[in-house]
Amino acid sequence: MDLLTDRQGSVARAGDGRAIVAGRRSVAGSVSQRACTFCGSRVVLYPIADALHLVHGPVGCAGYTWDIRGALSSGPQLHRLSFSTDMREQEVIRGGEKSLAHALRVLIGRHRPACAFVYATCIVGVIGDDVGAVCRTIEAETGIPVIPVASEGFKGTKKDGYAAACGALLDLMGRPGAGGPTIPKSVNIVGDFNVAGESWLIRSYLERMGIEVVACLTGDGRVDDIQRAPRAALNLVQCAGSMTRLAKAMRDRWNIPFEQVSFIGLEDTAAALYKAAELVGDADTLARTRELVRSEMAAVKPELARLRTDLEGRRAALYVGGAFKAFSLVRALRQLGMRTVMAGTQTGGGDDYEHLKSLVDPDTIIADDTNPLELAAFLQSERVDLFIGGVKERPIAYKLGIGFCDHNHERKIGLAGFAGMVSFAREVHATVTSPVWSLMPRQRVAP
Amino acid sequence: MLDQTPATITERSALKVNPAKTCQPVGAMYAALGVHGCLPHSHGSQGCCAYHRSHLTRHFKEPVMASTSSFTEGSSVFGGMANLQQAFQTMFALYDPEIVAVHTTCLSETIGDDIPTIIAKSRDEGKIPEGKVVVHANTPSYVGSHVTGFSSMVAGFVKYLAASTGTRSNAVNLVPGWVEPADMVELKRYTAAFALPTIMLPDTSSVLDAPATGTHAFYPKGGTTIAQIRAMGDARHTLALGAWASTAAAEQLRKQCQVPFEVLDLPIGLAATDRFVSALASLSGTAVPQAIEDERGRLVDVINDMHQYLAGKSVAIWGDQDQVIALTEFCRDMDMKPVHVMTGGHGQAFEERVKALLADSVPDANIRQQGDLMLMHQWIKNRPVDVMIGTTYGKFISRAEDTPLVRFGWPILDRVGHSYFASVGYTGGLRLATQLITAIQERQDRDAPDHALELVM
Repeated sequence: MDLLTDRQGSVARAGDGRAIVAGRRSVAGSVSQRACTFCGSRVVLYPIADALHLVHGPVGCAGYTWDIRGALSSGPQLHRLSFSTDMREQEVIRGGEKSLAHALRVLIGRHRPACAFVYATCIVGVIGDDVGAVCRTIEAETGIPVIPVASEGFKGTKKDGYAAACGALLDLMGRPGAGGPTIPKSVNIVGDFNVAGESWLIRSYLERMGIEVVACLTGDGRVDDIQRAPRAALNLVQCAGSMTRLAKAMRDRWNIPFEQVSFIGLEDTAAALYKAAELVGDADTLARTRELVRSEMAAVKPELARLRTDLEGRRAALYVGGAFKAFSLVRALRQLGMRTVMAGTQTGGGDDYEHLKSLVDPDTIIADDTNPLELAAFLQSERVDLFIGGVKERPIAYKLGIGFCDHNHERKIGLAGFAGMVSFAREVHATVTSPVWSLMPRQRVAP
Repeated sequence: MLDQTPATITERSALKVNPAKTCQPVGAMYAALGVHGCLPHSHGSQGCCAYHRSHLTRHFKEPVMASTSSFTEGSSVFGGMANLQQAFQTMFALYDPEIVAVHTTCLSETIGDDIPTIIAKSRDEGKIPEGKVVVHANTPSYVGSHVTGFSSMVAGFVKYLAASTGTRSNAVNLVPGWVEPADMVELKRYTAAFALPTIMLPDTSSVLDAPATGTHAFYPKGGTTIAQIRAMGDARHTLALGAWASTAAAEQLRKQCQVPFEVLDLPIGLAATDRFVSALASLSGTAVPQAIEDERGRLVDVINDMHQYLAGKSVAIWGDQDQVIALTEFCRDMDMKPVHVMTGGHGQAFEERVKALLADSVPDANIRQQGDLMLMHQWIKNRPVDVMIGTTYGKFISRAEDTPLVRFGWPILDRVGHSYFASVGYTGGLRLATQLITAIQERQDRDAPDHALELVM
């Protein structure tokens, strides 16, 4: 297809030797699939279930992020309510600090949260509300941490929002009473959001290996656990794009080493568990890990083999948030006998794309921050059978008569870990072999 | 655990808990999708556009195309002119729209970007190709609600495009209000039944209910055309359905092109549809077609048949002003008791209108504009209802209070059907009535002890 000149640096075939230009803002005027800084902060902090999440700004930002992420909590459900200061014209003129303070007092009094996060939206940055000062005042009054999140939408990309969220988490960990002596044989799970209960599964593996999970950041998150997080012996960083910054800061501040891992797919899950055992465990841990991996693999392999027979040679495209998920998915798809013919991310960096290229075939299309026109063209020209993406991409795939798997907020079944690989394979199998495709006209570019 | 609402109601200022509205730009985007070949453009941060597209997709399960100015820290200081100019170049080069509909956001409004000036400058500098159309609407998120944005965008199309040639046509303008694609189809069927040449703006049918074809149409086949919008200026009359969503466009047509107008309620339910039908009859100078009369008769028949299940049932209704007013009247006419009636949008006139509707039947009803779902939940805790009518967000209340919810309005994120089956007109009323009756009967069945379970209902 013809690409806009500005987009040419962002799309390449894996084998054509061109580096991908990444980390740029979307070209103004493009139908970008990306969101903003606020979105990045909101999705990272959202799963902390005993915290109050107050969105300071006009009502929209709170409305659109109300319970949209299937990040499950085993206890409190406070994170599933939507709180907005509902900024009106008079606050835009006179400032919104008073109404922010009022809202915090009312909500903290009513819900007694373990802490409060206050998200600044675009307009707050422009009118110059001193959110930090309000937070300090309310913190002094209420005695709970009240943490400003500098998430003004225009400040950057979603990635900058992750950074603001990491800043807020560090703020929480740095409070008096937080931290303490290192707990032996312990880890934090960093960058898993417990979508469809995935953190629970990962936690259960680690516990079976004899490793204590101090905190999950932020899936099924609790403020107390997060404040204990500096005591862990290792950070296992899953969503590298959003959380590596936090892991680095924790390394610098509390000497906690970190390891980038993934729990998507069998190979990556096994590698992650062995890594954890090797870094914080002993001989017993390693033995238990071997046993766990052996039994879990044995349990899932027959079903995967059965599903693979229908999937062998099928062609997949993926467009996901972060690069690490893309790496894992390429490997997971290969395990199912499928080829990744197009791979793109919203927030990948230049190095990520180089690594991605090394995982795929030379003619695989690699795209940073793509748009629906490009996507539709790639899906057709590459004769794709399966598209993996998020909410905005799903209907495009269906219109084209292509199977779809949501690997984003709206996935309903956990896709992580060994058991998750089977769920993933079943979901892929169900959509790729759906009888519906035979009912619709399938207009594809001839091979 | 999901129920975290205290029953005691205390006054709150500047705090919405579980909002019953969203912001203006998403309404502007929905309106613009109802114009053929139009690319809605969000002049603000990337997230606004992404959120609006996602939310519309969740409601319609359809692709939604719109572009963004992708504001940066720099644009928030120096203004968004450079972004918008770049955006015009990108949009026309890459997506080739016939028309671009720019709406603002809280950010660009606060910075004070002057959109008409930027459009004029871009045109002078050749950044908007010859023959391409750009319109705009100011949609500050901190004023009104998504309905305001919808209304302003529809008026914006009129303002930029409608023109009178000096010769009146036989056409009637129909501003349908914020309704579903299926409603738009049904409204066109009504005017066709009266043989009234009609221009409807906007028209999201065949856009947000597009069939699976094996291709992705970036611009689906539906939508009001630019030529049609231009011709609205010559029309002999404008019917505006829904005061909040449609008055602005009708008023603009009168001001700009001297087209007389009348504002009617959304034709949801029996009485409101009667008024719509009367208006069509008087505009066309013809009697009501028998087919339409028969549809009316069927609706009345079903209400009669099922009166014993409807009579006296208390109902809570929330949503957008125009819809809630029509639904309240419809429920009242079916002998139900709307005891809690709320909109997240604004307007004292809403409270006055609903109060007048319920003056005889439910004089003590709770009625509120600018409410939220926390307030609605509190009302219901203090005075339980038999059934609720509202958006998906009511499912939390439905679960907490074990009260059936009939989904209606924007947004519906957890069911399908709303975009494919009309709620307007008599047949739409029949669908609504059957949904309500079914909800009530299923509850009765579920709760009935063995000896009282009714086989025949």
